Amino acid sequence: MIVELGHFALILALVASIIQACVPLWGMLRGNASAMQVADRAAEVQFLGIATAFGALTYAFVVSDFSVRIAALNSHSAKPMLYKVTGVWANHEGSMLLWVLMLALFGVLISLFGRMIPVRMRSTVLSVQGMIGIGFYLFILLTSNPFERVAMPPLDGQGMNPLLQDPGVAFHPPLLYLGYVGFSTAFSFAVAALITGRIDPAWARWMRPWILIAWSGLTAGIALGSWWAYYELGWGGFWFWDPVENASFMPWLIGTALLHSAIVVEKRNALLKWTILLAILTFSLSLIGTFLVRSGILTSVHAFATDPERGAFILLLLALYIGAALVLFAWRSPQINEGGVFAIWSRETGLLVNNLLMAAGCGVVFVGTLYPLALELINGAKISVGAPYFNQAFLPIFGIAMLAAGIGPFLSWKRARRAVVLRRAALTAIVAAAVLGLVLLVAGLRDPVGLLGVFIALWLAVATLQDLAVRIGLPGVKPDVALRRIIGLPRSAWGLYLGHGGLAIAAAGVIAVSVWKSEVIQTVQPGERIAVGPYAFVLDGIENTTGPNYQTSIATVEVFRDGTLVSTLKPERRWYPVEQKPTTEAGIRTLWHGDLYAVLGDPNGGGGFVMRYYYNPGVPWMWLGALLISLSALVSLSDRRLRVGAPSRSRAALQPAE
Amino acid sequence: MIRHLSACLLSAAILMLSLSIPALALDPGEMFDNPAQEARARDIGRQLRCLKCRNQSIFDSNAGIAKDLRVVVRERMIEGDSDSEILAYVSERFGDYVLLKPRMAAHTYALWSAPLVLLGLGSFFLIMYLRGRPLTARAQVLSDEDRARAQHLLDGEGSQ
Repeated sequence: MIVELGHFALILALVASIIQACVPLWGMLRGNASAMQVADRAAEVQFLGIATAFGALTYAFVVSDFSVRIAALNSHSAKPMLYKVTGVWANHEGSMLLWVLMLALFGVLISLFGRMIPVRMRSTVLSVQGMIGIGFYLFILLTSNPFERVAMPPLDGQGMNPLLQDPGVAFHPPLLYLGYVGFSTAFSFAVAALITGRIDPAWARWMRPWILIAWSGLTAGIALGSWWAYYELGWGGFWFWDPVENASFMPWLIGTALLHSAIVVEKRNALLKWTILLAILTFSLSLIGTFLVRSGILTSVHAFATDPERGAFILLLLALYIGAALVLFAWRSPQINEGGVFAIWSRETGLLVNNLLMAAGCGVVFVGTLYPLALELINGAKISVGAPYFNQAFLPIFGIAMLAAGIGPFLSWKRARRAVVLRRAALTAIVAAAVLGLVLLVAGLRDPVGLLGVFIALWLAVATLQDLAVRIGLPGVKPDVALRRIIGLPRSAWGLYLGHGGLAIAAAGVIAVSVWKSEVIQTVQPGERIAVGPYAFVLDGIENTTGPNYQTSIATVEVFRDGTLVSTLKPERRWYPVEQKPTTEAGIRTLWHGDLYAVLGDPNGGGGFVMRYYYNPGVPWMWLGALLISLSALVSLSDRRLRVGAPSRSRAALQPAE
Repeated sequence: MIRHLSACLLSAAILMLSLSIPALALDPGEMFDNPAQEARARDIGRQLRCLKCRNQSIFDSNAGIAKDLRVVVRERMIEGDSDSEILAYVSERFGDYVLLKPRMAAHTYALWSAPLVLLGLGSFFLIMYLRGRPLTARAQVLSDEDRARAQHLLDGEGSQ
């Protein structure tokens, strides 16, 4: 009954999204205010509908109702409660339901927190959100109905892939979708701007909070997935340039460009058209990512043909939304007047260079990801484009972007003094080179590319700190004045420093682990001492026990440095009888400079075990850096300027318009 | 199939293909004693794709064919082949599909030139844009719409 209620609520959400798409747009074109205000109500109803539907599906998983097809296929009564709940989105149908839930959530949030946005703009934005919703509700209802029942319910479910029964990956999809789907708001604001013809700094200010939320979520989602791969897959890898990873990385890159160009619109009323185009492209790449992953086309062209209904449907939606937005852009953008002027040496140009590099980097990832597919369609040739290509083609562009990110904040708006900028850049280079020398003295040089990488990370860190110091008046002021100024810095400035600083720290971590990692793979007898970099790993013994829905062997590995015990690692090897699959749980101890990492492998029959021991320097910095980058957007979001843009209800009543 | 797994899973739990077993790929029995030689074997292994897997190098894969290919790589190394000779040896037998780093040829020119072409085109447009901009600000005027709204407000009817 509850499941049918969910199905009904889903249909209700579709109806609400149709109303949300049509009525406000008609009202906007006719100047009918009450029709425009339907948008807010429709967004609320739509959200209630989809939230009810999602709740009903979650209920089916929680009570293990195996008459629901996807619960039978993806759940099991003996699963811990957490994974019964997260199992809701660990399958195609449920994850699409989560997708539209996020979409409706953003719609209702715009309606609630966007009361300051004039009703013309707000209702048009919500109308576009509604149009996106219609397509995806139809997709779910027509091709991927999560509420489908089976005639003969099985006694128990088939369980969920044990690799997914992990807290890290359980919350990876909601965060990733927060980003993917969150960029729909940028798309809607861009399309609404083209429809209403209103594009100005106020528009950018209304849009910016939503971009910040989406970008923060996407950053965290990507990092969480990467972290999970690192500790769960058991060999210390964290990024593989797999097409599915690239599908989430492309919106991130273009979204980063959008985040930066929107600042120019807001502060200087320039780059209007370009920002609109970026907003459309960012969400288009999210849609393309959804298509690539959902259609199965990446596995092979032939997998697409085996389930053409879903793939073709998303492809149709993709063509419709992206095509319509681009046509609208081509038609309306010539009427947009570009405002503020700026010199070649200016913050505006700096942000344009960021945009250029992010877009080029995204283009390389796009070409590399789709090239094998395109080639196979054209002449049937099968080639592979793997990590070596991306490392060679993408990383240099990203390296240049990081160099530019160091200088960018030195440039002042409108017209920067070239001599000052160059002098500060030279100072940055000297300090970074000096620190590089120290690093080499301590850690030694392994390869020249790594050397360059370390320099770039140092450059960005030094430049960011230098800019912060200059901003608070150091070294010319007393410490207490400097401290007061630091506290008084606007939150958006903190966003900049945290974001760029986080990137420097994360990059340093990536480079450190690529250059200085120590790895030993060996058959080990209990008690045997293995040297890994500066550490010695000793396998103490293995203990067999059981968990809630698995059996497990837990090894005890003691790690020594210079004869003193540093840590005891507990790597596990689990066996999930329902799914008939093993998983490995790495034993990890995080130190400030790196991770000690041990993986328990198969027994060799003679009392020994295949062990993988690693010392991964820099890895904790990677996660710290990613966390800082993600937080930087939220800090920026709390800036006063944006709070004025998204005020409380009570103030909206007092404030008739912008 | 570790990389295959990460592929499916990193992706927002989308695309749940049939997932296979994450056993440890490299078997200590097949390894070289000399660390430098072993490192070289792994570097080569990372550039070759496991044929059974979706996007995984033979170094990371535990599939039987990946192990066979690792053994082939080690044999060629003992024979004294250079890295590129070994890669050519394997791709002659299994096709370009095994090369994770596509070789430079007519059908991959577009791929390999992509970074330079994209950067070049981008820079070109950027420079054209920066040079073509008017150097004086256009006077900021109210749009008709804003004017109408201002009038509307002046008439005391509110905006919402």
